[in-house]
Amino acid sequence: MRKNTAAPSISASEITPKAVYLSRRDFIKSAGLLAGISALAACGIRAEAVGEPPDANPAKPAADEPTPYYSITGYNNYYEFSTDKESVAPLSQGFSTDPWSVEVGGLVHKPGTFPLEELLEFEQVDRAYRLRCVEGWSMVIPWQGFELGRLIAAVEPMTSARYVRFTALMDSDQMPGQRNTLFPWPYNEGLRLDEAYHSLTLIATSLYGEPLPNQNGAPLRLVVPWKYGFKSIKAIVRIDLTEEQPPTLWNTIAPHEYGFYANVNPFVDHPRWSQASERRIGELTRRPTLLFNGYEAEVASMYSDMDLSVDY
Amino acid sequence: MDSSLVDETGRDRERGRATRLRVLVHGLGLLPAASVLVRVLDGDLGANPIQATEQALGRAALYFLLASLACTPLNTVFGWRELLNHRRTLGLYAFLYASLHFYTFSAVDYGLNWTLSKEAIFDKPFTLVGFIAGFILLVLAITSFDAWKERLGRHWKSLHRLAYLAGGMTILHYTWAKKGNLLSLSGDILQPVLSGLLLLLLLALRIPFIRRRLAAHRSGSRRTR
Repeated sequence: MRKNTAAPSISASEITPKAVYLSRRDFIKSAGLLAGISALAACGIRAEAVGEPPDANPAKPAADEPTPYYSITGYNNYYEFSTDKESVAPLSQGFSTDPWSVEVGGLVHKPGTFPLEELLEFEQVDRAYRLRCVEGWSMVIPWQGFELGRLIAAVEPMTSARYVRFTALMDSDQMPGQRNTLFPWPYNEGLRLDEAYHSLTLIATSLYGEPLPNQNGAPLRLVVPWKYGFKSIKAIVRIDLTEEQPPTLWNTIAPHEYGFYANVNPFVDHPRWSQASERRIGELTRRPTLLFNGYEAEVASMYSDMDLSVDY
Repeated sequence: MDSSLVDETGRDRERGRATRLRVLVHGLGLLPAASVLVRVLDGDLGANPIQATEQALGRAALYFLLASLACTPLNTVFGWRELLNHRRTLGLYAFLYASLHFYTFSAVDYGLNWTLSKEAIFDKPFTLVGFIAGFILLVLAITSFDAWKERLGRHWKSLHRLAYLAGGMTILHYTWAKKGNLLSLSGDILQPVLSGLLLLLLLALRIPFIRRRLAAHRSGSRRTR
């Protein structure tokens, strides 16, 4: 049974800090983290409108309404469970995420193992982001979580660190798709250090004010809204800072099709299909795809010296 | 043994009769269309209904094309002669689903936006091979009538061997529709690879040498019984 009836059908702009606080309190209660309440309330969770693109953008065809909860939780690319998007939700229902911890190491001064409860103490923020899949569809997803930069700063990277490598859980007993040996499991991903520090880069732990459903990457996943969805690795268990660019799963499988950067770009096609337009889930007509998924103003400066058709 | 003679005599005998096999062929032929229609009416096509429809119709086209191409080899191996009467029907169902697949792509997905869909079809090998396979099926569907068969004479058979080319291109299109890499055999490639192996097997069973050996083996074993 999907929880679509339980989901609040409010738009991102209507998510008031109070509503977020209340739903978060429910989450904390259910997670048995009563001690965290006062700390979170003290943080004063902000509802930021960072997801909104500049209004002056002529390419912006229509307003971004949040995609319904049942679509976000019923249409998932999560090959660890299934290559069929609609099968991920049922197959992931029994997935156990408690207890969970993330090992953070590599080129850092303060490596450590962070239990999920500890990660939830980083300042929680509300972010409604567009998500553009490399396959040509998109959604608008109201996430809650913490900025990855806070965690990275906490472990104090060495000056030699230039990249961040993410590793997802490897557990073929729980993740039947991992028995498919055509994929180099576990899923891994990477970011350049400045990308990881960018304030838009989020570690999401909730969706629509509810704990992240298993099919969306519970208990915590990366969200990098200006990159194609496959960069946003789910069920993270390990984060390492490295000097060399880390290997990433889709880049390993097909390097000419899935680049390390994978920035959303309507002018750089996937070799097999155009990236100029996209289908927003729930809409009848296609939308033009925006450079950096509409976050050009915030992120373009990081790539000013790069040829985006070479470093795709 | 020339299958075309078997075909002619078989067809004359069976024409127009509602044999059990014919009912089954049409039942199976209409099943994907009925299933898509029911799912549309129920709103049961998931979060991305246009893509779900497109993919269901495309898969149906591939399955009927493979079924059509399987008739002759199945007769060679098992002596199931009655199947030969249904090669054309199965091929026409493949054409029907390929047409509906293309219609969904161009009219529904791309909303008849010619600039966008022209770019989407012709700029990339992925869509171009699918389009050419569909065009081959169109030509084969038009020339599938008896009148065309007589008119084209011995060329008809060569022309209709293009069904194998259409099959190969359809499978390539299917492979490229999924996120995988055929060269390194990694990613989401299992179903396209299995369909490709099936097509190669069907093609191998049509090689005259293999076909004769199998036919001889079959008639030999029947005689000893």
